[in-house]
Amino acid sequence: MQTNAPAARNDAATPPAGDPPNPLRGDPALRAALARELRAIVGAPHVIDAPEELLVYEYDATIERARPDLVVLPASTEEAAATLAACARVDAPVVPRGSGTGFAGGALPVAGGVVVATARMTRIRELDAEERIAVVEPGVINLALQQAAAEHGLRYAPDPSSQRICTIGGNVGTNAGGPHTLAHGSTVNHVLAVELVLPDGRVTWLGGRQLDAPGVDLRALVVGSEGTLGLVTAVCVRLLPLPEAVRTMLAVFDTVERASEAVSAIVERGVIPVALEMLDAETIRAVESQARLGYPLDAGAVLLAEVEGLAEQVEEDAATVIAALEESGARTVRSADEEAERERLWEGRKAGIGALGAISPNFYLLDGVVPRTKLPAVMREVAALSERYGFRCANIFHAGDGNLHPNIMFDELEPGSSSRVLELGGEILRVCVEAGGSITGEHGVGLEKRSYLGWIFDPPDLDAMTRVRDAFGGSGRFNPCKVLPVSHGCAQGHAAEAGAAALRLARAPGVYL
Amino acid sequence: MTRPEPQETPSGAAGAGAGPDAPSLADLRNCIHCGFCLPACPTYLATGQELESPRGRLHLIRAVVEGRAEPTGALLGHLDLCLQCRACETACPSGVPYGRIMEDARASVMGQPADDAPGRPSRRPAAWRLRALLLRQVVARPRALRTLSALGRLYGRSGLQRLLRGPLARALPASLRRREGQLPDRWPAPFRASGRLAGPAEAGRRVALLTGCIHGEFFPETHRATVRVLDRLGIEVVAPAAQRCCGALHAHAGDAEAARALARANIAAFEEAGVESVVVNAAGCGASMKEYGRLLRHDAAWAERAERFAARVRDVLEFVAAEPFAEPGLGPVERSVTLQEACHLAHAQRIREAPRAILRAIPGLRLVEMAAPDRCCGSAGLYSAVQPEMSARVLEAKMGDVASTGASVVATANPGCTLQLRAGSRRHGVDADALHVIELLDESYRAGAPRGP
Repeated sequence: MQTNAPAARNDAATPPAGDPPNPLRGDPALRAALARELRAIVGAPHVIDAPEELLVYEYDATIERARPDLVVLPASTEEAAATLAACARVDAPVVPRGSGTGFAGGALPVAGGVVVATARMTRIRELDAEERIAVVEPGVINLALQQAAAEHGLRYAPDPSSQRICTIGGNVGTNAGGPHTLAHGSTVNHVLAVELVLPDGRVTWLGGRQLDAPGVDLRALVVGSEGTLGLVTAVCVRLLPLPEAVRTMLAVFDTVERASEAVSAIVERGVIPVALEMLDAETIRAVESQARLGYPLDAGAVLLAEVEGLAEQVEEDAATVIAALEESGARTVRSADEEAERERLWEGRKAGIGALGAISPNFYLLDGVVPRTKLPAVMREVAALSERYGFRCANIFHAGDGNLHPNIMFDELEPGSSSRVLELGGEILRVCVEAGGSITGEHGVGLEKRSYLGWIFDPPDLDAMTRVRDAFGGSGRFNPCKVLPVSHGCAQGHAAEAGAAALRLARAPGVYL
Repeated sequence: MTRPEPQETPSGAAGAGAGPDAPSLADLRNCIHCGFCLPACPTYLATGQELESPRGRLHLIRAVVEGRAEPTGALLGHLDLCLQCRACETACPSGVPYGRIMEDARASVMGQPADDAPGRPSRRPAAWRLRALLLRQVVARPRALRTLSALGRLYGRSGLQRLLRGPLARALPASLRRREGQLPDRWPAPFRASGRLAGPAEAGRRVALLTGCIHGEFFPETHRATVRVLDRLGIEVVAPAAQRCCGALHAHAGDAEAARALARANIAAFEEAGVESVVVNAAGCGASMKEYGRLLRHDAAWAERAERFAARVRDVLEFVAAEPFAEPGLGPVERSVTLQEACHLAHAQRIREAPRAILRAIPGLRLVEMAAPDRCCGSAGLYSAVQPEMSARVLEAKMGDVASTGASVVATANPGCTLQLRAGSRRHGVDADALHVIELLDESYRAGAPRGP
């Protein structure tokens, strides 16, 4: 598919052959009847059906667009269940949506259908400080949960950079990580149970209030399923105590490569920081153009390292980390344990991707993973590839666990630029896979990376995943065309598909396992 | 899936996205849809709807500019529900100039001819036209405003207001009662002075005060306090008689033509005064006057003068905080105070520290920060009158935050906020008075030792 074509596929009465059926397209009476039914369930102001209003649900944080047929915002599990039952009766596709901040197109209704947005399900149903668990609705903002937990000296460990707006529901959908994934793991390690509305409208809880619930771990299937199995309407999460002491360090390097080498140098000394983040020169320039946070403008790269724990341990760990940084060629190392200064340093990291909007009209954000030891070599190759394609590339990423986020900057007004960017994105992901890594660390597969899934999974693996999805009953109707590759449901979708088909891996599929 | 072709030149459905005031595509393209603005937006927080979020509104505006959507009544309704508080600008990591995009969008809707094509109704909603008319005929006309404020004083001082808020409250229908509740309940003598207002006899530093439109009629005490404070600092204060309303409300409502006419009149009036700064004690007015340069950018005769003028505009708190205001003489003000940051001070002018520095310097005053002090109170210029329901929802959240500080004073920096917060205190039974920060500083000076020799 042509990326830049003003194609009318989404607005066409009949989708191209091979797409999952959407009875709402081409049947205005059916669509109107469903809208009426949904209004009776959730109240008139919470159903959107005017074409010009549906426009604002056609995007997420990618540059793709797809307009839904209807949007509904239920306020409770009951309303959500009735909504899904109504959609099931007319076989309408359903696409769950949190805050629409995803970078993989996961919330985009590419086959049309009903977007179920969770923005009104924002209650923290329960916060048990003694048991250290919370039960929250999916629309609860990650930061709101952090703040509620902090009042009890607790925290919710996954802290994606978009935490001030991303929802817990979305975090569950993508199995979100964040800077502190390095020490604490990603969302799946912190979700004890989920309340799931199945595609037919039935409600069930999966998992339990303790770790290690008996039986097949269905809870873990839902985390990272990107809304293809059902709609999560509540999440029971594990909370951790806030650390006694925290120290954040900022090390300045002349090159990205030097900084990459420092990552392994730290780990080799037996200290695993709770976070180890890298920002390259392009990113620093973007960040500092928007807010003066004190990142050095002449740096080739900076590493942000954080250690936490008991006060004495933090002292010791910080000294070890600083020694490793200096030995790896850090020009300077700044240390912050004042909350305000730590926050300022983190602000640059968390607003970093957004700040790129100020220096480039468009960017394509990748989410590859490589083994930590391969970082220097892979970073070199990313730079070389970007140069060959003629694009600037900014890097801001979780260096400690090898989760890269190259941001390819471009201008979609330049003819052909979008398809070349996607081609470059494919090349970079291939480098990651060939280095023994993966195509996504935390953003999810969504729409944009499903074609690359075949690089890391054999056909039998993919078949097994498809059968799992189908077992939940939403085959192809729940967030259609997402996660699983072309041959597993959808005829076509993302432009990257063409690129993926053209790129040949140097190794056979399955290298990931 | 579609990816709409971005267009270099705005085509604009029915011209609503075109014309000299059309939002610039370059501004719009800064938005990368990251969503960081959502939690800062009072109307998104109230509704959970993308349609009532900055990201959503920018997308709608862009769709109109690119000719992908018609500016229907429903679409314009979403633009209209925006408070223009610009909290999204502070939250935005990409530096999207939301305030000017929204003003441009409204201006390009209002700038269309009344009948753009035969048989096709104008895209300017009747309510928008009515609002613009009111702003031109009342707010921008001192005589009309004076008549209105005289009627208000009569109503307030005759005891009728007390009756209608007390024993006769039930005589009014609920909607009217709510509107009445938004009216002031203090009716001091208006401030209409011009010329030299204060200052030392010998020639020294000189500033001009924007006396404004509604401000002097309904919030004269803020002006009096401002003049006393500046006098105390040994600075001469003048108020050019030829000055007019600043035009902020006109610009917000999309009446760029009226805003430009007022801007030109003010530039001329203040140039005449020959002052180092133009001091403004209404954050909304100051924000707008600092943007005169942009407002008149297409006017060759005025663009440069406007830029020069804009560079001299100072919010009174910004001005005072840069002076040695805390030198001996501050007396105790034994009050607990919480600060409501005026949106157009915090977000439009990016002044966060000055009001706090002043409050902290006052002996005896306890500053208790509320949750989200930089979230709009729902006043937003004419908004509380035009969108009473949403305004009330936003205010309710604010009063909850105010109440939980237990403060007896909410300090503000803008007359609209003062009015709104006083109405909110009455409606929600919160025992907190709203006062401008400068009034608290004035109180402190008056409680302190008289100025030295």
